[in-house]
Amino acid sequence: MYEKDGEKYFVVDSHMHFWDASRENWVQGREEYAKGWIDCFYGYHQLGPPETHWDYEHYLKVSPEDLMKDVFEDGHVDKAIFQSTYLKYWYRDGFNTTEQNGSMLEGNPDKFIVNGRFDPRDGEAGLKQLEEDARRWNLKGVKVYTAEWHENGSRGWKLSDKESYRFLEKCRELGIKNVHAHKGPTIWPLNKDAFAVDDIDQAATDFRDLNFIVEHSGIPRIDDFAYIAVQEPNVYAGCSVVLGALMHARPKFFARVMGELLFWVGEDRMTFGSDYNIWTPKWQIEQFVDWQMPDDEAFADYPRLTTATKKKILGLNAAKLYDIEVPAECQLPTTAGETLQPGQELVEDIAGAQA
Amino acid sequence: MSLRDDVWRALGTVLDPELDEPITDLDFVASCTVSGEGVAAVRLRLPTFFCAPNFSFLMVADAHDAVSAVEGVTRAEIVLEDHHASQEINGGVAAAAGFAETFTGEAEADLAELRRYFLEKAVIAGQDRVARPLVDAGAGPDELAELTLGAVPASPALDRLRRRRAALGLRDDDAAPLLVHPDGSRVTSAQVPLHLRRARLTRLGIETNGEFCRSFLKTRYADTAG
Repeated sequence: MYEKDGEKYFVVDSHMHFWDASRENWVQGREEYAKGWIDCFYGYHQLGPPETHWDYEHYLKVSPEDLMKDVFEDGHVDKAIFQSTYLKYWYRDGFNTTEQNGSMLEGNPDKFIVNGRFDPRDGEAGLKQLEEDARRWNLKGVKVYTAEWHENGSRGWKLSDKESYRFLEKCRELGIKNVHAHKGPTIWPLNKDAFAVDDIDQAATDFRDLNFIVEHSGIPRIDDFAYIAVQEPNVYAGCSVVLGALMHARPKFFARVMGELLFWVGEDRMTFGSDYNIWTPKWQIEQFVDWQMPDDEAFADYPRLTTATKKKILGLNAAKLYDIEVPAECQLPTTAGETLQPGQELVEDIAGAQA
Repeated sequence: MSLRDDVWRALGTVLDPELDEPITDLDFVASCTVSGEGVAAVRLRLPTFFCAPNFSFLMVADAHDAVSAVEGVTRAEIVLEDHHASQEINGGVAAAAGFAETFTGEAEADLAELRRYFLEKAVIAGQDRVARPLVDAGAGPDELAELTLGAVPASPALDRLRRRRAALGLRDDDAAPLLVHPDGSRVTSAQVPLHLRRARLTRLGIETNGEFCRSFLKTRYADTAG
């Protein structure tokens, strides 16, 4: 929990990792890829405040003790959700597998939620693995990388693929209701479609009972994403990278991106993720609680953030998605009636005018 | 004006398709030399090892075409460095193979469609750049919907928008409407608020990504980048 000016913020870090990018884990003959990947992350790391920068060696792999200190002791986080990323093509034991992440549950069962993953190109074996993982880790969510390379030579897939639907149906059956899709800055995809967000639209329409959290808010395809989110009530904006990469390094861009997300997606469907250990949560939470839309004329038509907005984004929205119990002192007073987001009104007005 | 200057100017016409900015402005040209025999050797570099190969391919291929077309250049040698697909891309471009042929079995189609996708974005984003000052000065939907390219004050943003429209095969003459949909059709007065709201967002997406790329390039080539 984070407390500031008498307000108590329940914090759910809904997108974080416990990775192993150490040299021992680089696949022989593919070291260049393994290094290229973590170097790219290290580039993102530099966008945080200088006093939070780590040296490269530490960045490659942190210890369980480091993580507990960075995230909970210093980092104000109440509940952290691990997003698994495999990348076994160049990390021998995986980058941060469900297994790796799950090891942190031991001794800290109430601190973490472990999310699984699936890749429809794994076929029957993948379905079976998902079932096993769901049982073992009590999965409520999965992370998917539609641009991930595969041993079968494929360089990407879409959530709307027929094979993918078999996995989404399996999620439904297993009680996995949150699908976090990495749709972010364009690194790595080869297939021309791998970066697109339109597959979210179709999947979200066909699986109304699942939630689709678009991590990194689809930047740089934020316009395509926003247009989908405004029309699909089960699509969320994952704000990982949005805070970490922009709030300190590019404050004006941060203000605009926040303004647009608040307008199109709305404060009830935005979730905080520190993306640990790209960045630590502490500075992100503290700066965000202190942050406000600039008074400048250029930002005049963006919504202002209230304390309630910040509480929702930092934890309450994700708590709802994952049925996490929120202490009474951190809850918001119940509001009557759901209001339309301004963006939704605009779209519907136009649709009405054209009809 | 030296041949090297001409080559540099030609490189200035090559865009990062996703960022909609010249590779020379983005500092993607690591070096550019021209030999006495007219052989132009250009080394390109990108912000990350994993920059998407499709965009990378387009930039290398476009640089090859632009430099080859410079009068006095006898051969263009364009090399992409430090990239996970350097070998395939350099080989493919040198052999004048298409993207799909270069990545046989890995890519499904050539990149014309991708190029078009980004040009459409550039045309939308460009309308925000040109129209935003007018909106700030109080222009309303009716006025904006009637506005033609010729009636807008001259600016680099307007020139850029005209070029992107021409590249997309859309009208760029003085009598053409400023606000158009990606297919070139006129934006009606009723559609103006949503259209501009979207144009601003499209521009933000492109420019935010550009900020990331600049910052990563600077980190990656800390010793040499300006």
